[in-house]
Amino acid sequence: MRKKLSLYLLVLSLATLCFGQLNAATLNIHNGGDPSSLDPHKLSGDWENRIAGDIFEGLVTEDIGAEAIPGQAESWTISDDGLVYTFKLRDGISWTDGKPVTAGDFEFALKRLMDPAAAAKYAYLQYPIKNAEAINGGKIKDLNELGVKAIDDKTLEITLEKPTPYFIGALTHYTAYPLPKHVLEAKGDDWVKIDNIVTNGPYKPTEWIPGSHVTTVKNDKYYAADQLAIDSAKFFVLEDETAALKRYRAGEFDILTDFPTDQYEWIKKNLPGQAQVAPFAGLYYYVVNNTKPPFDNADVRKALSMSINREVIGPQILGTGELPAYSWVPPGMANYSEPAYVSWKDLPYGEKVAEAKKLLSAAGYSKDKPLKLQLRYNTNENHKRIAVAIAAMWKPLGVEVELYNTETKVHYDEITKGILEVARAGWLADYNDADNFLNLLKSDVNYNYGRFKNADYDALIDKGNATTDKDERAKLFRQAEQLALDESAAMPIYYYLARNIVSPKVKGYENNAFDIHRTRWMSKED
Amino acid sequence: MIRYAFNRLLTTIPVLWIAITICFFVLRMAPGGPFDGERPLPEAVKANLAAHYNFDKPLIEQYFIYISDVVRGDLGPSFTTLDFTVSEQIAIGLPYTLILGGAAFFVSILLGVAAGVYGALNRDTYSDHVLAALILTGLVVPNFLVAPIFQLVFGLQLEWFPVGGWGDGSLRYLILPVAVLSLPHIARISRLTRGSMIEALNTNFIRTAHSKGLSDRAIVWRHALRPALMPVISYLGPAAGFLLTGSLVVESIFGIPGIGRYFINAALNRDYGMVLGTVVFYMVLIMLLNLIVDIFYAWLDPRVRTR
Repeated sequence: MRKKLSLYLLVLSLATLCFGQLNAATLNIHNGGDPSSLDPHKLSGDWENRIAGDIFEGLVTEDIGAEAIPGQAESWTISDDGLVYTFKLRDGISWTDGKPVTAGDFEFALKRLMDPAAAAKYAYLQYPIKNAEAINGGKIKDLNELGVKAIDDKTLEITLEKPTPYFIGALTHYTAYPLPKHVLEAKGDDWVKIDNIVTNGPYKPTEWIPGSHVTTVKNDKYYAADQLAIDSAKFFVLEDETAALKRYRAGEFDILTDFPTDQYEWIKKNLPGQAQVAPFAGLYYYVVNNTKPPFDNADVRKALSMSINREVIGPQILGTGELPAYSWVPPGMANYSEPAYVSWKDLPYGEKVAEAKKLLSAAGYSKDKPLKLQLRYNTNENHKRIAVAIAAMWKPLGVEVELYNTETKVHYDEITKGILEVARAGWLADYNDADNFLNLLKSDVNYNYGRFKNADYDALIDKGNATTDKDERAKLFRQAEQLALDESAAMPIYYYLARNIVSPKVKGYENNAFDIHRTRWMSKED
Repeated sequence: MIRYAFNRLLTTIPVLWIAITICFFVLRMAPGGPFDGERPLPEAVKANLAAHYNFDKPLIEQYFIYISDVVRGDLGPSFTTLDFTVSEQIAIGLPYTLILGGAAFFVSILLGVAAGVYGALNRDTYSDHVLAALILTGLVVPNFLVAPIFQLVFGLQLEWFPVGGWGDGSLRYLILPVAVLSLPHIARISRLTRGSMIEALNTNFIRTAHSKGLSDRAIVWRHALRPALMPVISYLGPAAGFLLTGSLVVESIFGIPGIGRYFINAALNRDYGMVLGTVVFYMVLIMLLNLIVDIFYAWLDPRVRTR
């Protein structure tokens, strides 16, 4: 008996020796910049989302392919008019301090999100909720007017302003995470300090050294804790991508969330199968000042847009093969089938240039009387390469381009004020819906940099958003998109790609259009 | 001496105040604000943020709020890393910078002086020329080039050291960044030492020492080195200032959480609080270091003392 026992102990200790490493799997992620906060209401970047989404969980969460699946809520019902969502919370959900997560925590969090005093940057993402915009804008003072109500500890009711087909998707966003009411009330603004913070996601933060890393470890109280293969994740701050690639090669990082595009060929050859380049719901585009002559002439805008040889930009100028954009909404957005395309999409490039020349000369421009324009971009090597290439493509048309670059803050400050002729911009989808891109050209938004103003366009979008019929909505949206493209409101250039490098040791990583890869689904072999 | 130091410190206060004032207003004149970015915010959200950080108040009122906070030792909030105040961020980053900069400082003095003395004593020999060439290389190759090369050679290929990071703070993580940081300083210090050492060796008192029959070693180390170090000492003030405020390049390439990166990033991010915070910090440091250098001077050179 004793012999058996000691043999058993020996096997056990050997097993611990062998698998000890495996048991303590740490995922080292190169995360780019420092998060600005661990408070979900203070975030705005994808590098912050990676951490926030590991430590918090909303009513719904992302699956391995970034599709919405039940999170803290186990199920929900939607009223027939599409306005009232009733969520039933899962049993056995709790904060890391052991207190249960209640519907009240969600109500509290959403009210705080909209409270002007909290100054949440991204509050507008939940504006579909009833009275949210009015409260956030200070027009309604009473937070209780917000369309969010905890019926009891397990039931949450959210009322919307109007039917919003993407609302469930928007709830995966960090602006919709619950907050530990009891901790915020006890600690105030200090609740978010690493020693005080209490979270409800699969992981909890244990360390944050600004400029170095954030460490999270498995949250044993998480309802699916037994399915987590990664015990700890480290999110490293390192803005130098070349240095990050070296550290990856030395085995110090398991995942790189970006890489230097000029080394793509080298990476493909030397790290085969490790670069993950996948379509990303984002658009790289140029805006044209629709109010300033001669750019108020749609033909001038069309000529400029047509003569951009989009096919060479991804493969040759960037080197990572970004797909040329001829639509305003990237393909594959939810609640929208194929986007609308510019009418001249399939013309051979030579014919496009010939047509563009004709349009410009009709507008009174030629080699002798060149169209002079200023092209603005924010300082960045890739933006510069593209600007130089596009200036060269416009040259045969007799367009003289002055390149003008400023740092990002100045660039956006000025183009938001409408100070531009032609300027570079980009948009990454906040939520999986075409509406997100179409809004960029609505006449009442400040990020419609080119000041495209078309009453029919606005009416189509508004009408689409007012209907509960998803097909009808998509149809109206597509009409709007076609209208904007026919008017050459702006110039789509390419659809973004997500660029990651993932070690072959890491399993459970799946490319998706939102480039969201929760640690929860991953595992790491030794 | 103490009185002298105290007076010197007092004069720094108006200088500091002028610098903060200029910096405060110049920063606000720069286009773009901390909340401008790739993703423009709705007006309502912008207004909420402005109210939260007092940006909606007249600039002059904001200025007085800031100054009164600084007087109380509060450098205010940071707009990029919201969970930490400016003072907290400097306090967290400073130890890393101090360890790195301090190590680089001593390595620079040690190797720089040693190489300089060696060069002076073996003037115009083959080894002096080789050393000079090496030093010149250290001086002219910028650290943003040296750092990746060191990472590639010593980190990736030879696998002697980690490519980056601070790890547990052990020596092996320090060696590469310290080497990169100290290279140009070793070069400068050795050139300074070599030049003034040669000069010192030709002075009358050294000749007297020789004729007294002192050993070469005693002459070099006890008599020639002290005066030879004077120009080095005056270089050390700014060098220490440079090293102790961290290096953007070294920190961002090696991923070290020091304060060097704040100097540039804060300005780019229009992180007003952080820019002013680093300015205040840097000025205080430079003034203190200059003071120390002056005191050191007096100690080293009897002529300064009697003046």
